[in-house]
Amino acid sequence: MTHIYKFGERNVVLDCNSGAIHACNDVASSIIALRERHDAHRTLTLTLEQFPGADPSELAEILAEVESLAASGLLYAPEPDAVKLAPDGSGVVKALCLNVSHACNLTCEYCFAHQATDEDSLMSVDVGVAAIDFLIRNSGTRRNLEVDFFGGEPLLNLDVVKRVVAYAREAERNRGKNFRFTLTTNGLLLDDAFAEFANAELANVVLSLDGRREVHDRFRCGSYDAVAPKIQRFVEARGARQYYIRGTFTRANTDFTEDLLHMRSLGLRKLSMEPVVCGDSAPYALRECDVPSVVAEYERLVSLLDGADWDFYHYNLDLENGPCLKKRVTGCGSGTEYLAVTPDGALYPCHQFVGDPEYAMGNVFDGVTRPELRDRFACRNVLTLPDCAECWARLWCAGGCAANSLHASGDIEGSYTLGCTLFKKRLECAIALKLATA
Amino acid sequence: MNKHITTLKTRELCAEKGGCGECQTSCQSACKTSCGVANQPCEAAKSDE
Repeated sequence: MTHIYKFGERNVVLDCNSGAIHACNDVASSIIALRERHDAHRTLTLTLEQFPGADPSELAEILAEVESLAASGLLYAPEPDAVKLAPDGSGVVKALCLNVSHACNLTCEYCFAHQATDEDSLMSVDVGVAAIDFLIRNSGTRRNLEVDFFGGEPLLNLDVVKRVVAYAREAERNRGKNFRFTLTTNGLLLDDAFAEFANAELANVVLSLDGRREVHDRFRCGSYDAVAPKIQRFVEARGARQYYIRGTFTRANTDFTEDLLHMRSLGLRKLSMEPVVCGDSAPYALRECDVPSVVAEYERLVSLLDGADWDFYHYNLDLENGPCLKKRVTGCGSGTEYLAVTPDGALYPCHQFVGDPEYAMGNVFDGVTRPELRDRFACRNVLTLPDCAECWARLWCAGGCAANSLHASGDIEGSYTLGCTLFKKRLECAIALKLATA
Repeated sequence: MNKHITTLKTRELCAEKGGCGECQTSCQSACKTSCGVANQPCEAAKSDE
């Protein structure tokens, strides 16, 4: 399967199963498309009909290049072997999202995270330690283990975060593991003491900022003036360590490139901007009619990022050392190797399923008590999802987000078609940026 | 080097049968909502550098 598209003056050819990327002129692009469906002779005949002034000897040269690429496995590569790439059902867990606080000091209108205000909203040290033990116990031979402190607002429970990290550091020495911690925060409680802790212990910090003051304040409780200076100071202290500014855009700011540029004007360079996730009925939900303007923004970003000193999370493709085929098939691992933990220790397939009793999987003390649910998530991959079968982007999106599928279609095996559309556009743009800077 | 078709150097996927599983879980990196693995680095490749 190939996907051929035009970006600016350039024809881009993505060979979907090999991951190979080619650039060529209109004639070569046409020959690549035709040769996938016809023999060599018919391909040349049809190309001459399409380009009557073309030089036949040049067409033969192009066709020879196409045949050579095909013989090298870089065009028309066969389907991945579903049997060899199927999940092994081992029950290995390698990552947890620890919802250490379901309380939050903001009440952002568009927030998808589970929130509570009662006294049970903070995770205890005992539950946090049990989560680390659960992770180690179920990690098999995996050395690298990940824990993301999430919420609610995790800095409302910073003491437990620190004590869980200290416990895991001790455990990793004894058990031959390597913990990598991340934390996602709204920034209100950032201070120098936390920055010192984060720089010592956290591999990545995700900071929520939507961009321009009026955009940020629209959904984030007017917190821009309180948050933006703290994020700037934190990022400055972060130095070369990993962080991401994570914005959310809605139909109220489909011109979100302006928000990314605003973030850059604040001295922030590692930027992410995500489409809002919410029900169709929300007034700020993205709709099909918003797609053209979002697509235009993604294209605009390509020209802005060519030679820029900042980056956009979704355009950071590592073509040579990117994900292996297994990861491209199995995706984020939600419900299998990646689970979310609530303050009372309950397990869910990921942070977006928290609070949905239909998807409660067990707890950190007793483990996964509904293995059939884990098996269902394991079987949800791009080689089994019906809507992914003919999709050119499937080995880049890995089947998409199960929670988004559930919310959009009522089924984790369904599709979030608007999300698919935006993902495919982001991928086309990311590849175009790679070609522009190659 | 082809004259008419430029090919970017990419990881060859076809020959791969499995993975080590040591890489980052994609939702831990930044997005938390939109999944996708296209921009996730390979742990084995990082170790080889």
